Amino acid sequence: MVLLGEPEKAMKRFSALSLARNAFTHHENWPRQWRSPEPKPDYDVIVVGGGGHGLATAFYLAKEHGITNVAVLEKGWIGGGNTGRNTTIVRSNYLFDESAHLYEKSLQLFEQLSQELNYNIMMSQRGVMNLAHNLHDVRESKRRVYANKLNGVDADWLEPEEVKAFCPIIDISPKARYPVMGATLQRRAGVARHDAVAWGLARAADDRGVDIIQNCEVTGFRIENGAVTGVETTKGTIGARKVGIVVAGHTSVLCEMAGFRVPLTSHPLQALVSEPIKPVHPCVVMSNAVHVYVSQSDKGELVIGAGIDSYNSYAQRGSFHIIEGQMGALKELFPIFSRLRMMRSWGGIVDTAPDASAIISKTPVDNIFINCGWGTGGFKATPGSGWVFAYTIAKGEPHPLNAGFTLDRFTSGALIDEHGAAGVAH
Amino acid sequence: MLLIRCPYCGLRPEVEFSYGGEAHISRPEDPNALNDEEWGDFLFMRANQKGAFRERWVHTHGCRRWFNVLRDTSSHEIHATYEVGAPKPDVPGAAKPVRKPRARKSAKP
Repeated sequence: MVLLGEPEKAMKRFSALSLARNAFTHHENWPRQWRSPEPKPDYDVIVVGGGGHGLATAFYLAKEHGITNVAVLEKGWIGGGNTGRNTTIVRSNYLFDESAHLYEKSLQLFEQLSQELNYNIMMSQRGVMNLAHNLHDVRESKRRVYANKLNGVDADWLEPEEVKAFCPIIDISPKARYPVMGATLQRRAGVARHDAVAWGLARAADDRGVDIIQNCEVTGFRIENGAVTGVETTKGTIGARKVGIVVAGHTSVLCEMAGFRVPLTSHPLQALVSEPIKPVHPCVVMSNAVHVYVSQSDKGELVIGAGIDSYNSYAQRGSFHIIEGQMGALKELFPIFSRLRMMRSWGGIVDTAPDASAIISKTPVDNIFINCGWGTGGFKATPGSGWVFAYTIAKGEPHPLNAGFTLDRFTSGALIDEHGAAGVAH
Repeated sequence: MLLIRCPYCGLRPEVEFSYGGEAHISRPEDPNALNDEEWGDFLFMRANQKGAFRERWVHTHGCRRWFNVLRDTSSHEIHATYEVGAPKPDVPGAAKPVRKPRARKSAKP
């Protein structure tokens, strides 16, 4: 609903001047950053799912393709699902060509996103280290460094002393149960503020005319002669020429409503944060072998994650022994954290694909497109995913960057098997 | 942590078990007779229900036997555990079968 007296387009640019001006009024007069419109009877494109990927899709539909008659339907509130639950890591050091190109596109978009959105996403390119703990890790890691370099993705191999120099709190003692034998380092990788990414994209999409409709759950699809004509929602039926489904863990549920199957299983992925402490951890450290990844937020909390719970679930919570394992791994790598207290833990539901790669594709229903299967690592792909999905929806064909990420690769066998770089740690 | 009743050993904590995904998928009688789509279906397509779900677990750190579990994926409530080959227990409060027959539509490239 548009409030009385509120201008249709309320976006004001953020600047040092606007900050100063609003300081005089105790910051109580900032306008709302996006509208809360009632749905129109129909749209050119409906994006189902108001997470980062859905909002990015709407933003790039408007910006790159001039399609502004777009609605983003979100059953809860925007950015309240996995976008607000991840460990905020952004990197592009994937092994295979398809993934490296897609994630590198995303990282490049991330690098300019604050300026593009006029919204500080707190991008911090502090470097991501992936540790190697045995000879096999070392070989695989070096292979990944070489593959990254061939694909134009920055990557370095660090010897244990260089690892220690880059992150002094790591235990590199050769007596450790899992000694650090080196690491890959992507210096352009790092972290970004997840909420800000969602909010900045929402604000910029809204400014270009996109309707962001929250508390609007899709309950079915209208399909005539094999093509979609609209969606049924808790706010009534809304017509659509094209529909993009970007709903992460609930993709299977939505696709079943639309009458086709996807090769996904939904699992809880848990993360947690510690009490805030002074800056001690200068980068992001990931370890597949002892299985944890950790960075320190600007508030001082350690942000810690690991792998999925093994069982299928939609419950947004997981089992405690998974967290216990993460803590063991954390203490193994960083003895300094042994008495650190943990403050909060939570779970999100991730849609994992058999080859640990995303599906950005046309579907058996004409004009329904899906963007799913990001599994445990979707946040880093947010702008890139939206960019290629917007292209796919606008043109009706995939962009060369996502041409390999089709649904039919599970029939043809042309999998993008990223378990090494994606399936374990993010 | 889930508490799972192994049909052979009784109630044990989840850490003793390993997960095996969707239950009641049988290997095709004649694999050579399948086309690519059917083979891909067998390998990759899985029911991913929100709600009652039949799945396999193995008691890795116990009797090491496989069995089936009927569990709700939105509440984690375990309705029943049963031996492989035993009749499928009904979903409490549900009249219709848990699983819809598979659609055989082809994905477009």
